[in-house]
Amino acid sequence: MTSTALKNSTLRRTALYVVLIAGALIMVFPFVWTVVTSITPGATLTTTPKIIPDDPSLAPYFELFDRVPFARVIMNSLLIAGASTILQVVTSAMAAYVFARLPFPGRGAIFVVYLATMMIPFQVLIVPLFAEMKTLGLINTYWGAILPTIASAFGVFLLRQAMSTVPYDLDQAATLDGAGHFRIFFQIMLPLIRPALATLTVFAFLNTWNSFLWPLIILRDPLMQTLPVALSSLQGQFSTQWDVLMAGSVISIIPMFALYVFAQKYIVQGVAGTGLK
Amino acid sequence: MSTITLRAAAAEASVSAPPPAAARRKAPKGKRLKYALTIAVFLLPSLIPLVMFVLGPMVSAAWTSLHSWNLIGPMQWVGLGNYAFLLTDPATHQAFLHTVYYIVGYLPLVYVGGLALALALNTALKGRAFLRGVYFLPVITSWVVVALVWRWLLNPSTGVVNTVLAWFGIEGPGWWADPAWAMPSIILASAWKDLGFVMVLLLAGLQAINPDLYEAAELDGAGWWRRLFSITLPMLSPSTFFVIVLSLINGFQVFDQVYVMTGGGPNNASQVVVQQVYDLTFRYGQAGMASALSWLLFFVILIVTLIQFYGQRRWVNYD
Repeated sequence: MTSTALKNSTLRRTALYVVLIAGALIMVFPFVWTVVTSITPGATLTTTPKIIPDDPSLAPYFELFDRVPFARVIMNSLLIAGASTILQVVTSAMAAYVFARLPFPGRGAIFVVYLATMMIPFQVLIVPLFAEMKTLGLINTYWGAILPTIASAFGVFLLRQAMSTVPYDLDQAATLDGAGHFRIFFQIMLPLIRPALATLTVFAFLNTWNSFLWPLIILRDPLMQTLPVALSSLQGQFSTQWDVLMAGSVISIIPMFALYVFAQKYIVQGVAGTGLK
Repeated sequence: MSTITLRAAAAEASVSAPPPAAARRKAPKGKRLKYALTIAVFLLPSLIPLVMFVLGPMVSAAWTSLHSWNLIGPMQWVGLGNYAFLLTDPATHQAFLHTVYYIVGYLPLVYVGGLALALALNTALKGRAFLRGVYFLPVITSWVVVALVWRWLLNPSTGVVNTVLAWFGIEGPGWWADPAWAMPSIILASAWKDLGFVMVLLLAGLQAINPDLYEAAELDGAGWWRRLFSITLPMLSPSTFFVIVLSLINGFQVFDQVYVMTGGGPNNASQVVVQQVYDLTFRYGQAGMASALSWLLFFVILIVTLIQFYGQRRWVNYD
């Protein structure tokens, strides 16, 4: 490489860094601004907060917890997202085992039906689901929020793909040792597809934690609401109190960021895996 | 969800996997019963909720769409009346137009931005894993928080965006408070949130490209732009196709950010189809009409997706 070419490439690299870091700052700024606003009490329609607050305080958080049953809302979110996630992973793994290892006539057709449900937009289901929940007496209940999220075609598909890569020799050896399907499932399959299970767990939690439309419809009582729903209704009550609204936003972001730090690998894999693998 | 993986999997499912030895042998009756029971125990915990809360409601929505119903009283048969009304209803046309406006604004932004990021972060740079992580942060944030935060950033009077614009003597627009700027505000917030998602999808595609191709091109003296258009983009076309299909499917269903940022306003300027379904059901008590509209939306998505699959052979390269 000639010296001008070398200089050129260093220059190019520096320019790339400058652009990428500027872009990263733009990506991060809204989060920073959210935190800044949440510790600037009295951020209202008349002033723009300063990036370094003169008099930072947690007062907006206290106001939030004073005026809204926010501790209860956090618990609702944890409970609903937690239960949905566990049920989704368990039922998906079990169904995936059937599609990977237990052939029977008509199995292929059932699998196609599973896959086809991934194409149904949720909006089509709103009215009948709401009516069904009303009949079952599940409006404003945790079960009302959880039940429609249990059957996860995506989960079944993801785990079936993972199980298909497990060699048959392992099952056969276990069968010769007298192991039944339950033992093969628990002692061979599940340990071997742990990465796929982790990906599904993280995704299921992320999706149910952030989910909005269905909880908005089914959970009308403020005491039953999840974080996103409570946040959106806070907007009505505190429409000009941006400090309080941003405090609520910070609280609902924190668990996701924590999860992201620990499970980044699985999250990114999951996203890339929905693509062309 | 992915229609591409779906198609591939459906093809794969029809080719049956080698059955385990136990099933291949002709088993005695008691054993077969036990096998059937095993299948039931494994499958039903997932199949029952699927039928009860997805397939059942799907069919029921079709039935409801043929009625006039306020969610409380008895249903009244109207046949295809709801559909006939919607097809000529100016408010419905508006809602579809706004939805298309959203997609047309959103898709080029996230695709070009995501591609630029993926290309930049696919080069050997120090700290690229960290940068990828940063660009991905908004993806894991809920739409409600994103919408709320952007509503604050774009606040016409004291929002930080207009404040900064004012430093340079620019008077910022009314953003979500102004009918002309409501949809651009929603598009901006959505692009910010989804940029990292598209980046990761395209990065996966870039990493699958054979490096030998670039080496050969470099030996032939092809420059950066030439390599981009002759190698990268053609080889990336399956990922691009996937991003476009997925963005259109999700774009037609846009709701959360609209509901929080504008509620469809001001003056219905950002009323999208799903917001209309929601309003019809829970504000106007027209559940039959709402079901019909959601089915119409489904048909539109289905047709648009099928057209893309039909058109892909012209430009998508699966070699």
